[in-house]
Amino acid sequence: MHKIIVRRCAGLVTALAMVGAIAAANSALAGATLDKVKQAGGFSCGVPTGIPGFAQPNDKGVYSGFDVDICKAVSAAIFGDPGKVKYVPLTAVQRFTALQSGEVDILSNNTTWTLTRDTELGFNFAPVVFYDGQGFMVPKKLGVKSAKELNGATICVAPGTTSELNLADYFRANKMDYKPVVIEKVDEIYAAFFAGRCDVMTGDATGLAAQRIGRATHPDDYVVLPERISKEPLAPVVRHGDEQWNDIVTWGVYALIQAEESGITQANVDDKLKSEDPGIKRMLGVTPGLGKALGLDERWAYNEIKAVGNYGEIFERSLGEGSPLNLARGLNNLWTKGGLLYAIPLR
Amino acid sequence: MTTDEATLTSARARPALWRDAKIRGIAYQVVFVAAVAGFIALIVHNAIANIGRQNIATGFGFLHREAAFGIGESLIEYSPADTYARALLVGLTNTLHVAALGIVLATILGTLMGLARLSSNWLVAKLARVYVEIFRNIPLALQLFFWWGLLDKMAPGPRQAWQILPDVFVSNRGIIYPVPLSNPAYKWVVAALGIGVVAAIGLHRWAKRCQAATGRQFPTGWVALALIIGLPAAVFLGFGAPARLDVPVLKGFNFSGGDAVSPEFAALLIGLVVYTGTFICEIVRAGILAVNWGQSEAAMALGLRSSQRMRLVVLPQALRVIVPPLTSQYLGLTKASSLAVIIGFPDLVSVANTTMNQTGQAIEGITVIMAVYLSLSLAISLAMNVYNRAVALVER
Repeated sequence: MHKIIVRRCAGLVTALAMVGAIAAANSALAGATLDKVKQAGGFSCGVPTGIPGFAQPNDKGVYSGFDVDICKAVSAAIFGDPGKVKYVPLTAVQRFTALQSGEVDILSNNTTWTLTRDTELGFNFAPVVFYDGQGFMVPKKLGVKSAKELNGATICVAPGTTSELNLADYFRANKMDYKPVVIEKVDEIYAAFFAGRCDVMTGDATGLAAQRIGRATHPDDYVVLPERISKEPLAPVVRHGDEQWNDIVTWGVYALIQAEESGITQANVDDKLKSEDPGIKRMLGVTPGLGKALGLDERWAYNEIKAVGNYGEIFERSLGEGSPLNLARGLNNLWTKGGLLYAIPLR
Repeated sequence: MTTDEATLTSARARPALWRDAKIRGIAYQVVFVAAVAGFIALIVHNAIANIGRQNIATGFGFLHREAAFGIGESLIEYSPADTYARALLVGLTNTLHVAALGIVLATILGTLMGLARLSSNWLVAKLARVYVEIFRNIPLALQLFFWWGLLDKMAPGPRQAWQILPDVFVSNRGIIYPVPLSNPAYKWVVAALGIGVVAAIGLHRWAKRCQAATGRQFPTGWVALALIIGLPAAVFLGFGAPARLDVPVLKGFNFSGGDAVSPEFAALLIGLVVYTGTFICEIVRAGILAVNWGQSEAAMALGLRSSQRMRLVVLPQALRVIVPPLTSQYLGLTKASSLAVIIGFPDLVSVANTTMNQTGQAIEGITVIMAVYLSLSLAISLAMNVYNRAVALVER
């Protein structure tokens, strides 16, 4: 009898200890993300489940692409090593809950910056890393030349995206009807579209172009219509309420853009350490101060560029002329070259 | 022995508090409940604190805001200009639609297969067994992908649709079939059907009383059939058989006219019915086998035909065994309908997922989903328990 009582008590004590442990773990979560990340020796980054050029696993399951390079840059800024990231593939529906709940620390997930997401969803957005717009992809044999001809069409769209909302808005504004087919998994929705379940696939135009090349058996049988029905500024996302972490991601992005503007590349960044330009000296940590302000090593920007290159290099590698997607820079060029990228002064 | 008993009695007379099994039992329960309550309070507090710090919106106010997203199929009027509440209602009706149809069809399929498994015909029994073994042992999600792939990816586009019956088409947009154009005659046909059903029930009661009083049997079945089918048919013909159909015609991207079942709905329904049917089949078989063979022998000795034997002797007793596990299957089917989300049928979970993602209010969204499924399950349980009480053995 005594033994039983002892065992039961032990069980209860264990249960209480577990409750205590959970409470402790939660209060640790309440601390600064940077401390948690440093303690854990890495952070997790939510990336798309598969958009060629932006984030895609290779046959060994290693992720690469534009979105992935942004995570690598932040990792390099914090740890001096781009490899301290755990990539968590998230569908459009999963991503926000994953960030809110702390399962990931950054979303680099082709997420459109909107007012409600910034406020009611409890997020903060880092600077825009990619300016896109929503488009429509159709099979060429339909003979459709404009989105205005899509009345009555069946349209595939990923749920929980701005695309889903813009689509409804566009058809309402133009007094047209459509039938949405909504599937969460990217693989499944594109398989459905290429199998002919839908007449039209809609989403970020760049994503459509990427999927056309990456997934269609005959990419030339499909065409992306010329209309852009929305603005889709895609930016990395962090949780609201941790300003330091937000600053690190924000300035991590600006550093990549400024590096391109200042002509610092992965190849010449070591030489640039000897540069006499005070701006470059500050940025690369030769003149200390910026790193301390962010709570990082003074070499943070140097490490980023050394790891992944400047913004232009990241773009060219995954999306630009050096890649199968062969996209032009367009809006995603420096402000000095007619684009929209404009880094806030790093000083 | 006696000393032992003496000590026991004295201990029972004045036990120390912690030695009293009853008090100890209560104490454990109080501590346990307190621990659970504390744990829940901690989680709630933690969630509220985190939501507050992250500045996430809370409350159910979002339900009255404009949803602004489209839903592919709906039994009720819906447009993106409607509210989130309306969108969730659309999801709920879609869930109810597939669950209700699924329960009816799975019961029919399961019962037929259950009888087939007991058939003395070797081929029929073996085919039923193969059906059960295959579909019971493959995960439902895979089966859904299979049916969906079949309808969605194998079927041709609308312009090359297979015409399986006159004016009935199968394409990757679904199964499109003609429906009768509305006509005032149909109201009367439906009324005649109602009268026929009521008359048939009355006839059945009268025949039973007649048999009890005189021992004479009345061919209820045939006459009832004549009433139920014949009466509406007569009315229909009386109106000159106005059978103008709304025939589907290929127009632009898709068929217009007629009615359509989407591939997602069809795949979900087929998947749920075929999967749940296997379990119902086994439940029916078990129920029938649970009735002692002696009962059948006694019925045969009374000279009852095999159909009468089944209907009057075996089934009433088998139902007592069948109904309780059947309830679990109905609950299972209703809950499994939430797998719709993987093949893109806009059921409650699918719509709630979108809602949660557009508003960021996951806790509220999950609460809605849980409340709905809980209510559905309790309602099904209640209905089945009432039915169970009706068919339970009345002991005299």
